[in-house]
Amino acid sequence: MDYPTRFDVIVIGGGHAGTEAALAAARMGAEVLLLTHNIETLGQMSCNPAIGGIGKTHLVKEIDALDGAMAKATDLAGIQFRVLNSRKGPAVRATRAQADRILYKAAIRSMLENTPGLHIFQQAADDLLVENDRVTGVVTNMGLRFHAASVVLTTGTFLGGVIHIGMENHSGGRAGDPPSIALAKRLRELPFRVGRLKTGTPPRIDARSVDFSKMEVQPGDEPVPVMSYMGRAEDHPAQIPCYVTYTNERTHEIIRAGFDRSPMYTGVIEGTGPRYCPSIEDKINRFSDKDSHQIFVEPEGLNTHELYPNGISTSLPFDVQLQAVRSIAGFENAHITRPGYAIEYDYFNPQDLKHSLETKFIENLFFAGQINGTTGYEEAAAQGLLAGTNAVLKARGEASWCPRRDEAYIGVLVDDLITLGTSEPYRMFTSRAEYRLLLREDNADLRLTETGRRLGLVGDDRWRFFDEKNTLIEAERTRLQTTWIQPGSEQASRADKYLERPLTREYSLADLLRRPEFNYEKIAQVMDNPCSRRDVAEQLEIQVKYEGYISRQQDEIERLKKHENTPLPLDFDYASISGLSNEICQKLTDIRPETIAQASRIPGVTPAAVSLLLVYLKKRDLASGTKRQKSA
Amino acid sequence: MPVESNETIVALATAAGRGSVGIVRLSGARSLEIANRLLGFDPKPRHAHFCPFKDQDGEQIDEGVALFFKAPHSFTGEDVLELQAHGGPVILDMLIRSACALGARMAEPGEFSRRAFLNDKIDLVQAEAISDLINSSSEQAARSAVLSLQGEFSKQIERLVEGLIKLRMFVEAAIDFPEEEIDFLAESDVLNQTESLHKSLLRLQDSAKQGALLSEGIRVVIAGKPNAGKSSLLNALAGKESAIVTEIAGTTRDVLKEQILIDGMPLHIIDTAGLRDSDDRVEQIGIQRAWQEINQADRILLVYDANDQDCASLADLWPEFMAKLSQQDHVTFIRNKIDLMNEKAGLDQQDGFPVLSLSAKQTDGIDILRKHLKACVGFENLAEGVYTARRRHLQALQEAEEAVHRGRDALVTHNAGELLAEELRIAQDALGQITGRFSADDLLGEIFSSFCIGK
Repeated sequence: MDYPTRFDVIVIGGGHAGTEAALAAARMGAEVLLLTHNIETLGQMSCNPAIGGIGKTHLVKEIDALDGAMAKATDLAGIQFRVLNSRKGPAVRATRAQADRILYKAAIRSMLENTPGLHIFQQAADDLLVENDRVTGVVTNMGLRFHAASVVLTTGTFLGGVIHIGMENHSGGRAGDPPSIALAKRLRELPFRVGRLKTGTPPRIDARSVDFSKMEVQPGDEPVPVMSYMGRAEDHPAQIPCYVTYTNERTHEIIRAGFDRSPMYTGVIEGTGPRYCPSIEDKINRFSDKDSHQIFVEPEGLNTHELYPNGISTSLPFDVQLQAVRSIAGFENAHITRPGYAIEYDYFNPQDLKHSLETKFIENLFFAGQINGTTGYEEAAAQGLLAGTNAVLKARGEASWCPRRDEAYIGVLVDDLITLGTSEPYRMFTSRAEYRLLLREDNADLRLTETGRRLGLVGDDRWRFFDEKNTLIEAERTRLQTTWIQPGSEQASRADKYLERPLTREYSLADLLRRPEFNYEKIAQVMDNPCSRRDVAEQLEIQVKYEGYISRQQDEIERLKKHENTPLPLDFDYASISGLSNEICQKLTDIRPETIAQASRIPGVTPAAVSLLLVYLKKRDLASGTKRQKSA
Repeated sequence: MPVESNETIVALATAAGRGSVGIVRLSGARSLEIANRLLGFDPKPRHAHFCPFKDQDGEQIDEGVALFFKAPHSFTGEDVLELQAHGGPVILDMLIRSACALGARMAEPGEFSRRAFLNDKIDLVQAEAISDLINSSSEQAARSAVLSLQGEFSKQIERLVEGLIKLRMFVEAAIDFPEEEIDFLAESDVLNQTESLHKSLLRLQDSAKQGALLSEGIRVVIAGKPNAGKSSLLNALAGKESAIVTEIAGTTRDVLKEQILIDGMPLHIIDTAGLRDSDDRVEQIGIQRAWQEINQADRILLVYDANDQDCASLADLWPEFMAKLSQQDHVTFIRNKIDLMNEKAGLDQQDGFPVLSLSAKQTDGIDILRKHLKACVGFENLAEGVYTARRRHLQALQEAEEAVHRGRDALVTHNAGELLAEELRIAQDALGQITGRFSADDLLGEIFSSFCIGK
């Protein structure tokens, strides 16, 4: 049957990409259907029970700045919080949290169920309705037809998923879940370029069988950090520590002895795994000189004994897994609750997508998450939010939106994917961002919340919160810049305490703050009524310290902006441009960049080629202008 | 990466090394401001000022004519400054360097024309030529860059880049992988590495400026039977005594090299030992080396004595030599010692080869030879000469050096690894203009293959 309600947006998949997509679309006021094969697994953390990491947290903060769910859910579910790189500069700091799986899922489920306009339906999607290269709806496995203006596909590892444990393998979307075979088959009929990727998980362990006294304790930070800009540490559940243990020579011997039954080394697995998240067999094989590897023992939650031993992801046979685990300090009597496994799955070459994450071949169809070759909850959620937003904009006939590389890690993520493609599961790192000093976890709200508000993504509460913070920052900045300290004054004597030599000329508080001897805390001693809000003080301190760098990066951004704003038509006939080398012509034809700036980022595209494109574009405009004049 | 017209660009507007007047052209919003520093006053639009040209520190470089065109009434539609100086490559290079020091950047090949076109200063009909121009000039630039990048200079750049990548590997790994067991920063002694990188950059810049490493250019081999006058020809070209010239056959035992500039084009001239069968071991080695040089050369000047009546055709002149030669089309025959026959110097064609009659001893016909060499390597047509290519490379080296210097300061003063990382990225981008782009993903690849990373 045809379902009687027509939706604005249908989201297929209820993982991190799907839930953010559905929530974003609904926040914008759209009527949204979230189609999932299992309501119980909405918001499931299927891999490690943690949110954040260097680069990843930056994405989470950006999702939060756009009023998305991930940071809020993390604050409600986080059982250990730490700030990574806390001793390095603010641009590269990142808050990371261990999360209770059950609490996280519950937080997401509650947000989904309490968002107006968001409708959930449990049924596997088997087919897409496509008319004239435009998607119009979805068919479920019982033949139900849902119609919508836009469809967002977030099927994760479920497309053609195959799970490997040793030489055994079977079809599966994730441990315990069925794969989406029919949909995978249907999508392979469409003109998308499909590839195979691989990822893995470690065996899970029962905490009651573990001797923690043989491991290092890793407590969370004090005071306990928060993930969301609006988060409060009081909302966190109870906090518990993680543990660290190590593999040893014996572990490595056991694993080496199992290589002949490893699906990785016997050629059973063809998909490419991530270089930065190698399986334990890969670590031992590739770095044979290391006699020990670190394992983070992470609790899966407050009300479960299951542990996630982060660092020993494996697809070796179960008997090898058990032996290897039991050779590790603290795990001598460990009971494995779930075996580790590797999963191979289909992904679609993201070069077939636009910046909006809409596919280039099928209009109104959007892809987000692992289907695009990424890995990680954060990367998935960020894409979900963007795809959900653009699905609504497209349904309304409005222009799409994607932050530029200098505005957000979301922009870096999407631009990297669609420009460079990926041959391994793509994970975010700060080194991927050329504007790293601008894209910090402390300022995602300053970068994005205003735009989010304009798009309709940001609700009233967050907007008020942001507006207040922003106003305070501006006021305090003005005060720092206009408050002058005269040498010899009483205030100067307070400042002199921190200086080798006393002040000899007039200084503004901003000038003082810029000096390496000062931070806001010390400035607060010099001035009267300092600002008491830590987030405001921190923001000012960072802005002042990075000022020179920020203005230099901003100059560069200004220079490049024109190219970002010069569109290249998707149907551009590159072969007709005389002077482009065959190689460059081929690359441009394959990738079909949307802007001159994107074209210039394609490896191998030279400045001269960009000049040729600019000249050709202008010629085309002139030619069509002349034609118009003639016909008039 | 080319950028839009709010940047001020500078380039040599006349063909490299040609003529007695060279024009340096600037275009962009800062042209007037730079003009003020180079000339010491604001030039009046559309007026020819004859005045001294100064460098960024106020030292006089040259004097000549300055012309200023106010936007939009200029070739490019932007503020344009034209400096007509004496044609010598060194002076023109100094002017370009000063303009860069004052805030301009080297123009991309064809960028002036591109700007003119994009600013509606060129109509559609003329525009047809723009693509070709951009294409041909960027090809020339690439060729010039290759010429500038030969030998020791390029080896040193490679070593520098290797050092830089290694350093960045540690700095970036420390930032992106703080939870690893390896203490990347402590382990690699980042400060020392940064300082040593900075020193290498300074050293390379110094030696490059002095020309020691950059002087390699087009390779020209002088070959010929013993006593045909090869060394005399070298001396005539170089303008000074560098090879021992005697009447005894086989005097030149070694491969002699001489660098000379012809209108700014570096020629790397190799004088080979007389090629004859010999039992002398030392001489045999000389001959072997001579053949190596011959087969790598851009141009081979095959010298013979015009008074030697042995041969009717060039092929008969020295068949065993021509048979061994892999690049016949690189040969020019030099018919030497015409002074003994009272002939006039001149260039001819014979059997499909260029034949140049001259007297090395009397330096009669040497000018024709110089012109011929320039024409052979296409130098006359290089809009973008080797000097410009070198200027680009030096500019890149300087950017890299300044960035590494700032990075060192950031590390020492603020203990700010992320700022060091930023500066090192800038340095790498700068050097990437010489060696090719090195992407973020390339760097991650280096990190993952060097360290066991990941949970």
